[in-house]
Amino acid sequence: MTLMKTFLGASAVLALTAGGAFAEPAIIFDLGGKFDKSFNESAFNGAQRWAEETGGEYADFEIQSDAQREQAIRRFAEAGHNPIVMAGFSWGTPLAEAAGDYPDTTFVIIDMVVDAPNVRSVVFNEHEGSYLVGMLAAMASETDTVGFIGGMDIPLIRKFGCGYAQGVLATNPDATVIANMTGTTPTAWNDPVKGSELTIAQITQGADVVYAAAGGTGVGVLQTAADEGIFSIGVDSNQNYLQPGSVLTSMVKRVDNAVHDAFTAGPEVETGLVVMGVANGGVGYAVDEFNEALLSDEMRAAVEEAAAAISDGSLMVHDYMSDETCPAIEF
Amino acid sequence: MSGMPKWADVVLVPLVSLLLAGIISILVFVAVGQNPWEALQQMVEGAFGSSNNIGYTLFYATNFTFTGLAVAVAFHGALFNIGGEGQALLGGLGVAVACLVIPWPHWSLALVAAVAMSAAFGALWVSVPAYLQARRGSHIVITTIMFNGMASGLLIYMLNNVLRPEGAMQVASDVFPQATHIPSLNDIAQAFGSNAFGTSPANITLFLAIAACVGVWALIWRTRLGYEIRAFGKSQPAARYAGIDATRITMIALLISGGLAGMMAVNNTLGANTPQLVDNAAGGAGFIGIAVALMGRNHPVGIALAALLFGALFQGGSELASDTNVPVQIVIVIQALVVMFTGALDNMVRKPLEGLFAQVRRGARSEA
Repeated sequence: MTLMKTFLGASAVLALTAGGAFAEPAIIFDLGGKFDKSFNESAFNGAQRWAEETGGEYADFEIQSDAQREQAIRRFAEAGHNPIVMAGFSWGTPLAEAAGDYPDTTFVIIDMVVDAPNVRSVVFNEHEGSYLVGMLAAMASETDTVGFIGGMDIPLIRKFGCGYAQGVLATNPDATVIANMTGTTPTAWNDPVKGSELTIAQITQGADVVYAAAGGTGVGVLQTAADEGIFSIGVDSNQNYLQPGSVLTSMVKRVDNAVHDAFTAGPEVETGLVVMGVANGGVGYAVDEFNEALLSDEMRAAVEEAAAAISDGSLMVHDYMSDETCPAIEF
Repeated sequence: MSGMPKWADVVLVPLVSLLLAGIISILVFVAVGQNPWEALQQMVEGAFGSSNNIGYTLFYATNFTFTGLAVAVAFHGALFNIGGEGQALLGGLGVAVACLVIPWPHWSLALVAAVAMSAAFGALWVSVPAYLQARRGSHIVITTIMFNGMASGLLIYMLNNVLRPEGAMQVASDVFPQATHIPSLNDIAQAFGSNAFGTSPANITLFLAIAACVGVWALIWRTRLGYEIRAFGKSQPAARYAGIDATRITMIALLISGGLAGMMAVNNTLGANTPQLVDNAAGGAGFIGIAVALMGRNHPVGIALAALLFGALFQGGSELASDTNVPVQIVIVIQALVVMFTGALDNMVRKPLEGLFAQVRRGARSEA
């Protein structure tokens, strides 16, 4: 009888651990969809990379409106997916609401901090990466005027713009930085036509390098920059290939790595706050066969030096979100 | 008047429409390489398979009941209010103002205030198109749909500049205070020791929707005002001749319609899992209300049933998208097909059926 009990107990434990090991991870994309060529797509690429490496499967869902957020989280949690990754700051409130109901599920949120024992919050030092591409912009500019086109006007995007302006002015104190935001609503992430108009407006003001931190809107910025024969800088994903020869570089934010790390670690992924910056390869600038010729050795040397200084802490780039002010530019 | 017996009008036409939508949907599933039978099973399972899923289906059905009733009341007066979306957004604003400004001691008071404010805001929003229709003859279809765009702009402005908490990045209001949170159906079930509705947001607004159905029925078929609205809808010159004030009836019918659309916001704003006002809170329910009203033949019972069908379609569809490789866009196509066949293409089914019945009747008569 006792033997039987032990046996049953052991098999139950086995079944439990097996269930845990086979729990499929899940990812929920933000508005804009997984093929936005930018933020969401970077997250999607990370999930795909994990699936190709391990042969594993994952569940995914693209929400259609803000009202679906909490339902999407709960649905995946109740279906037993673990960990559940969500990309975008808008998940903050619904996740904070739902996380406590699923203590055995690990959630990963990117771009936002949610303070709960079963949540891993991944944030990026976008200001550091933007500083580096700002330096490149200043060195590539011949008119000493560079542009910044943000998506939705929120502190996170101002953080990109502020880091960029600091990098520009550190390299060329006489340079002018023009900053425009596409809009004040989530549609600003997916408005390439407006992005194109803003680019033309900045060109008429003399800009010859334009940095787009605007999700899907950036596709229009990059296109127009190529048509008008000026440089552009991509964001989030490596967008150099979109307009070869015109995209100076891309400020890569390794959302894909954040997703890949979480999927690889599985349900046991470490919770708490994770900051990904220049020092740990979380953000940086992209060099590949499409833009090698555009970046001279001096440019690369200068940026590498700054990257090293940021990594060892000797160069501090101001983070707009720390105090909602920027020393380098007015928004 | 109609060449069909009543049962055919009420039951057969919607069923044939659904069947046609189903056939096209099967072709769509086959085209994307999905087994249609499995997909259907997934959708039914997703809509009714668990306590949670039933709760979500009821939650969405509550939204659609309100917007369906809104369209129906105006329709009885031959007014086509397609601005339910905008009126629901404004209703959401009313709910947010009611819940955020006054520190309510108990949810029941907050609920009364939220219902009143949402109805008032929705009615207020339709009052301008209503006045333009009644006094200036500006067509209600044009003005209400334009007011949808303006409602969205106004809501976003208010969320961005007034209601958004300091430093927050999401375009949304603060979460409403704990004291205003209305009980979910599961809270009620738990009082009886069951967990019948899981973590779904289905809430007591469902009872409000049922009450609204009864109210609309009583209004349209049991009051003098309802009689006037129907008379006006059947023939305006006759109604005028009978001494019915056209301006008054147009205004009243549309204000009631706007109020009902606005009240939908109580469900999806105050009743949501996270009670807060978000951007695009109506989520298309205002437009689905048109299909619900058409399919329900503008009768509250039909509307409640049609709302349940669309709620199931909405909930089952998103389950299908999250559990399988069917892209969410295909699910939207399926929903659109049902809307199209039951709403827009109603006459495509009705006319041949009418002809068929007329033929059968003629055949029967000639035999006799």
